[in-house]
Amino acid sequence: MVRFENVGLRYGLGPEVLRDLSFRIEPHSFQFLTGPSGAGKTSLLRLLFLSLRPTRGLITLFDHDVATLDKDALAVLRRRIGIVFQDFRLLDHMSTYENVSLPLRVLGREEESYRHEVEELLHWVGLGERMTALPPVLSGGEKQRAAIARAVIARPQLLLADEPTGNVDPNLAKRLLRLFIELNKSGTSVVIATHDIGLMDQYDARRLVLHEGRIHVYD
Amino acid sequence: MSTTDRVRTDRSRTDSRLSGALRGLTGLVRRKPRETPIVPRSSIAGSALIAVVAIMTFLASLTTGAVVLVVGAAAEWQSDVSREVTVQVRPMAGRDLDVDVVRAVEIVRAAPGVASVRAQDKAESARLLEPWLGSGLSLESLPVPRLIVVQVTPGRPPDFAALKTRLAVEVPGATLDDHRGFSRRLRAMADTAVAVGLAILGLVMAATVLSVAFATRGAMATNRPTVEVLHFIGAKDAYVAGQFMRHFLFLGLQGGSIGGGAAVVLFLLLGLAGGRLFGLGGADAAALFGGAALGIGGYLVLLVQVALVGLVTALTSRRVVKATLKAVG
Repeated sequence: MVRFENVGLRYGLGPEVLRDLSFRIEPHSFQFLTGPSGAGKTSLLRLLFLSLRPTRGLITLFDHDVATLDKDALAVLRRRIGIVFQDFRLLDHMSTYENVSLPLRVLGREEESYRHEVEELLHWVGLGERMTALPPVLSGGEKQRAAIARAVIARPQLLLADEPTGNVDPNLAKRLLRLFIELNKSGTSVVIATHDIGLMDQYDARRLVLHEGRIHVYD
Repeated sequence: MSTTDRVRTDRSRTDSRLSGALRGLTGLVRRKPRETPIVPRSSIAGSALIAVVAIMTFLASLTTGAVVLVVGAAAEWQSDVSREVTVQVRPMAGRDLDVDVVRAVEIVRAAPGVASVRAQDKAESARLLEPWLGSGLSLESLPVPRLIVVQVTPGRPPDFAALKTRLAVEVPGATLDDHRGFSRRLRAMADTAVAVGLAILGLVMAATVLSVAFATRGAMATNRPTVEVLHFIGAKDAYVAGQFMRHFLFLGLQGGSIGGGAAVVLFLLLGLAGGRLFGLGGADAAALFGGAALGIGGYLVLLVQVALVGLVTALTSRRVVKATLKAVG
């Protein structure tokens, strides 16, 4: 599904923040991406969801060499990836329901065709009563769940989550992890970037550890 | 790549851009009213832009209306002038002027394409000269030429060259004036007015496009987080551009309607007031300007212009968004 070969990344003329990354993410797999702050987790996630291009090396995503794709092709590829941001990035002027259904709206689907799907997912993540609420009035946990629902509504093949439990209490973190595990069981490959050791200890999964720009894989 | 291939590629790119823009425009119509706009209306400096577009459309409409009036008046003048020609018979030593006038009338009347011929008598000639020479003038003592007014059959004018030659041979003192010089000057004046009008329209449109471009860039900066989210969930640049275009089309139509509407009201008032403005009597103004009323055609042109302003506003914003997204990469 995802293949990195000798990938390097630098910003401008600065030093390489990621060096010689070579690893694969297989279909239906679950992995934590971890490492100390500043190790390059967010940069690696940005490479994975195609918001950055590597300065060297080869990235293959869903059997496409991303270096050869134009912007529109990258956009189409990005529809197969769900992303959960640490800061949620919900649109404040749209209700929870509209935020979650946004990926389907962008795909050009009619609202009648997805209303039931979105409502069902919102109930599943515990936001059934908050569908019409705007993000500014949601709690941190509710925002996080709305962001996760938005990331998975279009049934992505790959889910990337950047510190998804960074703003929530341990109980909610446990619930969110269960949510990711359920998604993985339903066929989605999951990559969770976190430095929360407690969270990783709760589930036996592959670990990708970034240290000084290099990656170490622990299967 | 051969030239033919290159032309074909360029054409297919242009077609694809055009169809993208059209898809965007039809998408605007298809959107359900209950959907919240992805780009919030409040994030765009709407009132200021509406005011700018309204002012620009008002100026453009005044220019267009003035051009329509001038072109209409010039066409009317030309039509009047070309319906009538004049034969002037000058007195010559050793010739009887009255006989020459009668002969000239006969020659002109015999020419095909002449509807009517009327020679002005001495009294009429005296009246024409009255403003310069005073009343009670005896023309017998002055070598005053006589005029023959010839009405031409519309659409079938006589052969003026042949008529001139025949008059020159048979009546040496007669000359035919078909008013072509005057007509040419009228046409040149109307063409100049149209060119100046088009230049002003071009400047006004350029100013509108620049204002919309600045407003779009501002809106994009304000909505940067929204644009990022759209990209992350797989929206193509054309989709993002469509979200902005939607707003700018309505802003353009709003501003255009206000400015165009104000211009229409002004032209209606002018039409009602006739030529009494500017200190002219109604008849004088009508003679000069062919009437200040625009007519149905003129008002339709103004309506089309309002729609055009909306379209230009929408397409400008779409182009600016796409160019900005491309530059950001």
